[in-house]
Amino acid sequence: MLLIKNGRVVDPASGTDALLDVLLVEDRIERVGPALTAPQADLFDATGLVVAPGFIDLHCHLREPGGESSETIETGTRAAARGGFTAVCPMPNTNPVNDNAAVTRFLLDRAASVASVRVWPIGAVSKNSSGETLAEIAAMQQAGIVAISDDGKPVATARLLRQAMEYCFPLGLPVIDHCEDSSLAAGAVMREGARSVRLGLRGMPAATESICVARDIQIAELTGGRLHIAHLSTRASLELVRAAKRAGLAVTCEVTPHHFTLTDEDVLYDARYKMNPPLGSRADREALLAGLADGTVDAIATDHAPHEPALKEVEFDRAPFGIIGFETALALALEQLLHPGRLSLLRLVELFTTGPARVLGRSRRLAPGEPADLTMFSTELEWTFRAEQSASKSRNTPFDGRRFRGGPVATIVAGRIVWQR
Amino acid sequence: MPERIRHLLDIESLNTEQITALLDQSKPFQEIQRMPLKKLATLRGKSVAIAFFEPSTRTRISFATAAARLGADSMQLQAETSSLKKGESLLDTVYTLEAMKPDCIVIRHSASGAPHFVAERLPVPVINAGDGTHEHPTQALLDALTIRDRKGRLEGLHVTILGDVLHSRVARSNIHLLAKFGAHIRLCGPPMWVPRELECLAPNLTRVPRLEQALEDADVVIVLRVQLERIHGPALPLEEYILQYQLTEARLRRARPDAIVLHPGPMNRGIEIEPAVADGPQSCVREQVTNGLAVRMHLLYLLIGGAPIDSPGAVHAAD
Repeated sequence: MLLIKNGRVVDPASGTDALLDVLLVEDRIERVGPALTAPQADLFDATGLVVAPGFIDLHCHLREPGGESSETIETGTRAAARGGFTAVCPMPNTNPVNDNAAVTRFLLDRAASVASVRVWPIGAVSKNSSGETLAEIAAMQQAGIVAISDDGKPVATARLLRQAMEYCFPLGLPVIDHCEDSSLAAGAVMREGARSVRLGLRGMPAATESICVARDIQIAELTGGRLHIAHLSTRASLELVRAAKRAGLAVTCEVTPHHFTLTDEDVLYDARYKMNPPLGSRADREALLAGLADGTVDAIATDHAPHEPALKEVEFDRAPFGIIGFETALALALEQLLHPGRLSLLRLVELFTTGPARVLGRSRRLAPGEPADLTMFSTELEWTFRAEQSASKSRNTPFDGRRFRGGPVATIVAGRIVWQR
Repeated sequence: MPERIRHLLDIESLNTEQITALLDQSKPFQEIQRMPLKKLATLRGKSVAIAFFEPSTRTRISFATAAARLGADSMQLQAETSSLKKGESLLDTVYTLEAMKPDCIVIRHSASGAPHFVAERLPVPVINAGDGTHEHPTQALLDALTIRDRKGRLEGLHVTILGDVLHSRVARSNIHLLAKFGAHIRLCGPPMWVPRELECLAPNLTRVPRLEQALEDADVVIVLRVQLERIHGPALPLEEYILQYQLTEARLRRARPDAIVLHPGPMNRGIEIEPAVADGPQSCVREQVTNGLAVRMHLLYLLIGGAPIDSPGAVHAAD
């Protein structure tokens, strides 16, 4: 039993933002209310802290199996816990690809023995994510996947996407797409623009993403299926999603902290600034900030993409795409969204909880009977992120050494404190 | 006194004072090229690592000759780096070179920013001998030296840069250098290789789509090499390029009568430049090569820090 006292309970599902206590019994929430008492319970003094439902990360890479020198389920979920996440959704681009129930079960078995937080795997759309025939989707769902994606690359053809969305509709699984026109992206290492021209690095235009978003939305309309756009990064893509939502289509999207924080003007000859989709223009960033505030964006997702130093410590052209993101996600959201007054605390919490839950067809509430998954954070705590102190096996982040105001303080999964600052 | 430079990674980050000093101080080294005995002892006992991760003969020989004429030894590394071939990493390679204790590393690489990457990690001065599609600073310096010799100035000149500007490190370095001195620069070439974003590189930069207009009253024409191997995706048919963008005698008449023509070499005769222009009186191609030696000798001298040479003849030595 754990009694969390005097916290500011922020629960988007009920619209609650009040000073309340939360009592956890075993792995469930027992009661939420003012001045609770429970003589046998352990006490957690949450004075000055926000108490929120457990954060969900819809998009990450845990690299196991196959890439254990960059990350494992154990180290990745430990980093996730330090970031306030109670559930993370690893993408299937491991080696082997999570395209069948055996791999899904392996992931969940590993998670059961070593993970700090819940692992909700995402399965592949196509066998080996090669874009040809559908993977064993229903079998993977029975084993425990929560969505499908060929992340790392787009669903190869409109035809395959159509099949996947039609097939998944009765299963209730969303199809998550990494949107990219491969012909425009070929050889590119950053966003095309004044900065790429100056650096002499090959750029991809913003349309690389939105062309594919437009295709996907039309397939969503054709099939009535559930479409989720991964790491949306451009103004044009956002406008397409906004219009699709207005038209009543089941289209959702996520945005990463690095895309709403940085732009292509920040790119240096340093592979910690190399990610896909690449950092966009100032106008893109402004559009994403507006979309996060007005509800067009459903979730903040990290796209935590660890790469061991030997892989990133190379020429910009040769480095793999991606940065780690669990431990800085909330702090960047506070810095970019809450502190400048772009959105309310309730809305910010929604982007980490009910928003991503809804994408997966789930609910997320701080209410009696719900799983005791909670994220506690401060909006004021001053701290500095040090990549070398990260729980991740990798260090590839442009936010090393950044000073933050506010960040995670404690993470509770199934009634157990899995991390505390 | 301009701020001392430690590396030569690009032209963009230099100021006009620094560039002027680099050009002025290359003058004595130009004179050395005209002397019967061209070898100095000023860098005797020093060594230069010349690491080329991309095929090249001319620039490599130019640096090796520059080092030799200063009395320095050079260690040469020629590595094939197809991005697909996975061999030793760049970092491991340069650490290996560094362990041989060179006094300077000259690096050419097919990846933009590779010399910056190396310079951040090694204690040795680094000279960029061309990185990907980014910069080729020694080329811009030798071009500026050539232009100054012929025109007496850089300020206010009308310079036309012709060809695949987007993928040209020569063009980028020249644009940065000439724009800093207030030259008026016109860029001309196939539109997909002369994108609008190039205009953000520097002030006084305009794109002129038609070659005839771009050459109007030009003082200097810099013809870029057509580098088909560097073009991603479908390239323009060569015949189209020749039809629209080849610098011919007839077209060159649009420029000022005393206009000069530069080309970084090696030339594709009959493609980007008509042989009559390449060999004509306005061509400075051979001077460029000689000036390349002077610029590179001076840079090695400056960055390694040899014995003072007020008068090159005084330290002349044939060892």
